[in-house]
Amino acid sequence: MDGAKDSIDRSTLAAARALEADKYKYGFTTDVEQEFAPKGLNEDVIRFISAKKGEPQWLLDWRLAAYKRWLTMEEPAWAMVHYPKIDYQDMYYFAAPKKEGSGPKSLDEIDPDILATYDKLGIPLKEQEVLLGVEGAPKVAVDAVFDSVSVATTFREELARSGVIFSSFSEAVKEHPDLVRQYLGSVVPPTDNYFATLNSAVFSDGTFVYIPKGVRCPMELSTYFRMNAQSTGQFERTLIIADEGAYVSYLEGCTAPMRDENQLHAAVVELVALDDAEIKYSTVQNWWPGDENGQGGVYNFVTKRGDCRGARSHISWTQVETGSAITWKYPSCILRGDDSQGEFYSVAITNGAQQADTGTKMIHLGKNTRSRIISKGISAGRSNNTYRGLVSVHKKAKGARNFTQCDSLLVGGQCGAHTVPYVEVKTPDAQLEHEATTTKLSEEQLFYCRQRGLDAEEATALLVNGFARDVLQNLPMEFAVEAQALVKVSLEGSVG
Amino acid sequence: MLDIKNLHVKVAGGGEEILKGLSLCIPAGEVHAIMGPNGTGKSTLANVLAGREGYEITSGSVCYEGEDLLALSPEERAAKGIFLSFQYPVEIPGVPAMTFLRAALNAQRERRGEEPLSAPEFMKLVREKAALLKIKPDMLKRPLNVGFSGGEKKRMEILQMAVLAPRFAILDETDSGLDIDALKIVAQGVNALRAPDRSMLVITHYQRLLDYITPDRVHVMAGGRIVKSGGPELARQLEAEGYDAYAESAA
Repeated sequence: MDGAKDSIDRSTLAAARALEADKYKYGFTTDVEQEFAPKGLNEDVIRFISAKKGEPQWLLDWRLAAYKRWLTMEEPAWAMVHYPKIDYQDMYYFAAPKKEGSGPKSLDEIDPDILATYDKLGIPLKEQEVLLGVEGAPKVAVDAVFDSVSVATTFREELARSGVIFSSFSEAVKEHPDLVRQYLGSVVPPTDNYFATLNSAVFSDGTFVYIPKGVRCPMELSTYFRMNAQSTGQFERTLIIADEGAYVSYLEGCTAPMRDENQLHAAVVELVALDDAEIKYSTVQNWWPGDENGQGGVYNFVTKRGDCRGARSHISWTQVETGSAITWKYPSCILRGDDSQGEFYSVAITNGAQQADTGTKMIHLGKNTRSRIISKGISAGRSNNTYRGLVSVHKKAKGARNFTQCDSLLVGGQCGAHTVPYVEVKTPDAQLEHEATTTKLSEEQLFYCRQRGLDAEEATALLVNGFARDVLQNLPMEFAVEAQALVKVSLEGSVG
Repeated sequence: MLDIKNLHVKVAGGGEEILKGLSLCIPAGEVHAIMGPNGTGKSTLANVLAGREGYEITSGSVCYEGEDLLALSPEERAAKGIFLSFQYPVEIPGVPAMTFLRAALNAQRERRGEEPLSAPEFMKLVREKAALLKIKPDMLKRPLNVGFSGGEKKRMEILQMAVLAPRFAILDETDSGLDIDALKIVAQGVNALRAPDRSMLVITHYQRLLDYITPDRVHVMAGGRIVKSGGPELARQLEAEGYDAYAESAA
């Protein structure tokens, strides 16, 4: 049996070595004329970004304050990720596809290269493609972010009829300045952490969603992010507000083209749920992970936080993380309202030389607040996968409850899985449960599947999808199928 | 259909020899039984035929329908009709039995250049075969073998065999852990699959399974090879006399 295990380990090692850059299916670039901000970061660059977007003075001041703060901060080093020092002066902070005249009036006016890029990614950008879908199929509205500027938005009108605002961040600043000003930075303050503060200073664009009182958003909202300009950091800003009794499900998915230089991505996502509101936020992240040595992959330092501000509000994060060279990401919930609920469902797959340090924070402030954490980490190749989670129950959070389940699966013998749970409880009647398991993909299971006709890769994908099922089931239908396919693609080359 | 000649096998990495010159020929349409004491290499034979890693074949050959079986990967063998009913079926968490079986069947069909079976066609096929084995539909929705009783696992193996319709099936101690009712259901399932173009190798420690599945030939295995062959009456003789007589010939 040891012999069998060794041979699997050896073949995993060999496969990991063979993991080549060209395996990355979505590694292509689109040649679109860019309008860059000058390289490097200083107040002038921030003024350039703000002027380019025609922002009001208060927002420029907000950015500049964040920048001043950022200069005094240090890059965090506590996560279990290792990467060369980032030179923040050696990158561009703004790039937008050049517009002719006042900008595109319809999809016909959009650079065909951009549309072709989306086509390759299978994104239903054209309204007509969605309309041609199966009768009764759920409609998906796409706010496509091409590099830093939203190039097209669909389904606006139908959403507008129900009072839903779904627009690029820049547009929201122009059209709904009061809403933006009221909520921006109210969940992730500009002083929050190194990467969030950097984002606050230089964020280029992103998505804004507002669901009015009592409205159930009539469709799943979806944004596909795609980094495209060489050496351009991506600093997306997303703000979603569900007013009292509102409901919205939001999908975020991304792929990135192949790169030689590392790309920094430091997004901020803020969710606000008022009384009885519910926000479901799903992510499929498939950015370029780099070559077999992790060279050239995306550095993904993201701050995502939801504020269950109202009583009985509910925020649910579901993420499938398969890409990036480095993932540093902790979608969290502040359970402020009494009886509010937070959930975190995560599948994180690392292969090759990828490093992921991801998890969540559940901050229980209100009475009878409940949280649930289901984390499935899969490590293959020579990768390292860390779950890092905090459950904090404050003094006033009487009757708070948490359930945490962290499962790790090892594929081969060269990878690492780590679980780092933090717990802080300041009220005596809180109930916390924590379960954790670490298992290795067994030779018995693989052989069983292969005996039935599946090859080693199909078998691994099937077993890993089974392992992650509790989480994948939480994804909206549109994403579930894509996610399962992605699990397979992500594990390519992980078994002999 | 299957011709094993002078097969020598040891555990990979310099272990002790387990199969020591085993020869066995199974013509199309026949059911052969292998009986023998524990630790004599019966399961090793099953694993080697199915292509499990971790064994080293030092000499001998296995010819399956004119082809060198040992040169094929496990999944290639499966697509060519080799099926192993496991002694200890493996749990597959999070994968419903139905999903697993459909993935397996369509992977085999694809390898053979056949069209995949559509969902409705597949459902119809599985329901029909499941009814025969008294497997309730809700069991097909549960993750494969997870929390199944011993009897349920073995019935699920036979269901897989019925759906995959192999040419050559190896049943490794399918009777172990079964009560008499489950044994009858399983035997019925196996008998329903007997066909002129399908052969089976039934590995068992006890006679009782052979009361319900009457083999064409019975072989006694001891010390890593076949030491005696005969008709169905040999099984009854073994049940009465035990394996002691063969322990010496093995040594």
